[in-house]
Amino acid sequence: MASTGEIVHTTGPGTGEGAQALERTAAEPYMNPYLAGIGLGLVLLAAFVIMGRGLGASGAVNSLVAWMVSLVAPAHAQSNGFLAEYVGDGSTHPLKAWLVFEVLGVFVGGLLSGLLAHRAALVVEKGPRVSAGTRLLMAFLGGAIMAFGAALARGCTSGQALTGGAMLNAGSWATMMAIFGGAYAVAWLMRWQWR
Amino acid sequence: MNTPLFKYGAFGDETSLVVAFVIGIGFGFFLERAGFGSARKLVSQFYLNDLAVFKVMFTAIVTAMLGVTYLAWMGVLDLSLVYLTPTYLWPGVVGGLVLGAGFVVGGYCPGTSVASMATGRLDGLAFVLGLPVGALAFAELFPLLRGFYESGYFGVQTLPVVLGLPHGVVVFLVVLIAVGGFSGASRLEKRFGGAK
Repeated sequence: MASTGEIVHTTGPGTGEGAQALERTAAEPYMNPYLAGIGLGLVLLAAFVIMGRGLGASGAVNSLVAWMVSLVAPAHAQSNGFLAEYVGDGSTHPLKAWLVFEVLGVFVGGLLSGLLAHRAALVVEKGPRVSAGTRLLMAFLGGAIMAFGAALARGCTSGQALTGGAMLNAGSWATMMAIFGGAYAVAWLMRWQWR
Repeated sequence: MNTPLFKYGAFGDETSLVVAFVIGIGFGFFLERAGFGSARKLVSQFYLNDLAVFKVMFTAIVTAMLGVTYLAWMGVLDLSLVYLTPTYLWPGVVGGLVLGAGFVVGGYCPGTSVASMATGRLDGLAFVLGLPVGALAFAELFPLLRGFYESGYFGVQTLPVVLGLPHGVVVFLVVLIAVGGFSGASRLEKRFGGAK
C-alpha cells in the first residue's frame, strides 16, 4: 500500500508516510482499534440503557427519502408500503426521527474527532491507479447499492451488524456474516480501485 | 434505577431527539478515531492488510454485549424492553450480501460515510449523495420486492434461543470467537500487511 503522490493519510499507527499536502500539522495516527472499539461499545451500551435501542444510519436515509417523496408526491409516499412507515401519519414531520438526529450527531462527532487529530482535509480517498472522477462515481454507486441493501436487510452495518450483534439478535448475525461474505466476494473484482 | 430510561418514561420524545444527537456525536467521534472516516482504511479489511474493521467492530460488540448482560443480571436493565429487529432471514442474508458488495464498491458504509464527509472526504460526500438514490430505488421497486422482503420470517430471535444454549454460554462463546478472531486477524495482518 505505498502512497504514490496521492493525498493519502496514514493508514495506521507508526507510519509517517501519508502526504499532508493540504495540512500544516501532520495527521495524528488513529486510535488503537481495541480502545476505539471499547469507546464505540460504550456509546452503543449507552444507547441501549438510555433509549432501549441501538445505533443506526440507513434508517435516517429512508426518513429523508420519505420526506422528499412526500413533498413531491404526498399520495404516492403514503401509498408506498415501504415509505409510508417513515412518512408517518402526518402528526410529526418525517425528519423528526431519532435516527435523523443521531446521524446529525455522527457528522458533528466525526468532524470533532477529525479536527482534533488534524485529519480534516478536502481530499478524495482512493487507490493509486484510479482517477478521482472514477472514484467519486464508484463512491456514489456504492452509496446507492448500500442503501438498497440496507433497506432490504432492515438495517446496515450499524443497525444490524453492530447493534444486533451486541444484542445477540440471530437475524442480525446472519446479516453480519452476509455483509462480510459479500464484501470478500467482490474484493478481488474491485481491487483496481484500491490497490 | 430501572432502564432503559426512555422506556420507563424518564423523558419524552422531544428529549429523546437531544439524546439521539448526543449519542450520535459519540458514535461519529469513535468511528473517526478508529480511522473509519477513511475508505482506504475501511476496505483494507477486505484485502487483509489491516483488519481494524473487524477488531473495532468485535471489540464494540463484546463491550456492549457484556455491558447489557451484566446490567440485566444485576436487574438494572430490562432486556425485553430493548428493541430487536425481527428476523426475516432471506432478505436479511441477500440484503447483507448487497451491503457487503456496496461496501467494497463505495468504500464506506452509511454511518462511516457521514463521519468521512464531515472530515472533508469528497468520496464520502459522493457516497452520502448516493444513499437516497438507492433507498428511493428500493421504495419504487417495493411493490415487486414485497413478497421477498417479508419472506423467511421467524419473529424476534436471539442466538441463545436458536442455539438452545443459556444466554451466558452464548456470551462466553462470542467472547471466545472475538479473542480468537483478534489473534487470527493480527496473524493475517503480518502475512498480508506488506509495506503498511
